[in-house]
Amino acid sequence: MTDERRPRLTARAAPYLLVAPAWLWLAVFFVVPIATVLSMSLMSGNLYDGYSLTWEFGNYAAAVGAYWEQIARSLVYGACATVLCILIGYPCAYWIAFRGGAYKNAYLLLLLLPMFVSFVLRTISWKALLADQGIILGTLKGIGLLPEDAYVLNSAPAVVFGLAYNFLPFMVLPVYAVLERMDHRVVEAARDLYAGPVRAFTRVVLPMSLPGVFAGVIMTFIPTSADYVNATVLGGAHNTMVGKVIENQYLVNNAYPMAASITFVLMAVLLVGIFGYARALGTDRVMEASAR
Amino acid sequence: MDSMTESAPAPVGAAEEAPPSADVPAIALEGVAKTFRTGREEVAAVARTDLEIAQGEFFSLLGPSGCGKTTTMRMVAGFEDPTEGTVRLKGADVTRVAPDRRDVNMVFQSYALFPHMTVFDNIAFGLRRKGVPRDEVRRRVGEMLELVELSGRGRTKPGRMSGGQQQRVALARALVNRPSALLLDEPLGALDLKLRQAMQIELKRIQRDVGITFVYVTHDQGEALTMSDRIAVMNKGAVEQLGPPREIYERPASRFVAGFIGTSNLLSGTVSDASGGLAAFPAGEEGTVRAATGAAVGETVEITVRPEKIALHTARPDGAGTRSRVPGTVSEVVYLGSATHYTVAVDTGAQGGTELTVYTQNSAGTDDGPARGDRVWLEWGPEHSYVLPA
Ligand SMILES: Nc1ncnc2c1ncn2[C@@H]1O[C@H](COP(=O)(O)OP(=O)(O)OP(=O)(O)O)[C@@H](O)[C@H]1O
Ligand SMILES: [Mg+2]
Repeated sequence: MTDERRPRLTARAAPYLLVAPAWLWLAVFFVVPIATVLSMSLMSGNLYDGYSLTWEFGNYAAAVGAYWEQIARSLVYGACATVLCILIGYPCAYWIAFRGGAYKNAYLLLLLLPMFVSFVLRTISWKALLADQGIILGTLKGIGLLPEDAYVLNSAPAVVFGLAYNFLPFMVLPVYAVLERMDHRVVEAARDLYAGPVRAFTRVVLPMSLPGVFAGVIMTFIPTSADYVNATVLGGAHNTMVGKVIENQYLVNNAYPMAASITFVLMAVLLVGIFGYARALGTDRVMEASAR
Repeated sequence: MDSMTESAPAPVGAAEEAPPSADVPAIALEGVAKTFRTGREEVAAVARTDLEIAQGEFFSLLGPSGCGKTTTMRMVAGFEDPTEGTVRLKGADVTRVAPDRRDVNMVFQSYALFPHMTVFDNIAFGLRRKGVPRDEVRRRVGEMLELVELSGRGRTKPGRMSGGQQQRVALARALVNRPSALLLDEPLGALDLKLRQAMQIELKRIQRDVGITFVYVTHDQGEALTMSDRIAVMNKGAVEQLGPPREIYERPASRFVAGFIGTSNLLSGTVSDASGGLAAFPAGEEGTVRAATGAAVGETVEITVRPEKIALHTARPDGAGTRSRVPGTVSEVVYLGSATHYTVAVDTGAQGGTELTVYTQNSAGTDDGPARGDRVWLEWGPEHSYVLPA
């Protein structure tokens, strides 16, 4: 072995050495927990006698059988909240990016300001706002615009609105990032080529901003469908989402394998959903989204 | 499919409207001005300007950076509202008409192609918005692709094309609509010299073939001179001179135009002798500049002389005559193969010094010309001393 080989070897190893901390991080904080939960989901036993890995695939059937309703409800609520986030967040991002002028950053800060307050606290204040005799409903009832028995709390819309409210910035920010970088000349080119303002938007701005919407959907749909705080605080007993079920199984019933298998069912459904969604949107868009 | 469902009314200024007689200008600006207000700051981008651009003309807006070329063009396209004045397309007032309702198309400096669409869809965009039937869209886009030599590239996304190819797509996307005028904002700015020259010839050919009015923005004087029918030289938001290239080049209306178009050799002095329509003023040791002007003794005149009109001598030319003769020292020699460019320092006494540029052709048989530091005599006829308007 000659002397000049040595530096070449280290040069080849350098990239691997450099990414090693990242791999280690992933291994410790992602792979290990996932593996733990996965093996837990296939165990049987109870808290007092201990759990043992018995490849209990029946856990999954039991989880789906018992809680398919909550799982489905979570997905529906998550989807509704995500759609709501798009409907509110897209115009918001558009306005800041195209009309914000010199105050863009101020508007963004305003949007993020509620995020400085604890998530749970925000949801609870939302509860106070929507209370049957609270500021909004109370006033409307007072001036006779709503019947006395009208309510919002403890209903599905309350949960969906709460979710949309809490996760709105996760939609606005990626959409804003794409719109902000968009070349205005491209929009002008569309106007120049006989597209009115609406056509210019639907044919050029919207398609070009889809990568941002894609990222926003992932960043709102996943946490909203797994959330349980909103459902607990705003939804009452009849609107339980799967996050609450997992919490109960884990902390109240101590049914660890059950909690783990519900977790995996949810994860699987979300992953399938996202891949299907990516396929439908076209892989190059997703590549674009991740490349930006 | 969308070509069937969308149909826009004919844009203002479209050829279908009351057939305009040939002498109605394609584009007319009447007292058009634009002032930008950003906060407390005011920028007068374009001062009150009158311009008439004839149909089928290749018209260039030429001027240094920030002189208001783009702003002028954007007011014609409809992207900028003039602060005052009227914009007319084929006689129709379009000052308050939206860009999508104007029968002009723009080629942007940055191309502004739609990155999410194929080349075909980019070019078809305008036709589809106008509700042109499907097979006609296919046919016309096909013709355009052929015209810009991109046949077979219709399915490519613009992001995968070279700068020159993207430029041609941008051109095709505008041309395919057969607008009454095409606005090109430094369309060759991003290209390298070779490609740029090729595209200049190409653009001129296309313009001749389709017979559409071209308004061409550039800050490259060579480009403007080779391509244009007429040039408007702009400075600080105002048109300084308007005319055909030869006139602009040979009879600049101001010192600014003389300086901006090609290399200008400026000389000025106080007339010491005037007779027979010729005025003379001294330049350099024993040098004399003569120009055909009626200026009287004692008046100050400023002349410009083109580098290629000057003859270079290593010794003082014989005889008196009416020609200008100025001595100087060669300070720079640039050998370019077919020609040599000399820079000659002339001591103009009271004003300190000036430098004149001289272009000589390198014909066969001539030995090496003067070298750096050599004393030389410059000579040119009085007709080439162009007197700048005071
Ligand atoms: N949107 C705007 N807001 C404020 N000022 C502007 C705006 N657009 C242009 N200006 C100013 O108007 C003047 C003319 O600009 P314009 O873009 O027309 O110049 P130009 O001749 O096209 O220059 P270049 O050759 O660099 O493209 C400049 O001083 C510029 O700063
Ligand atoms: Mg410009």
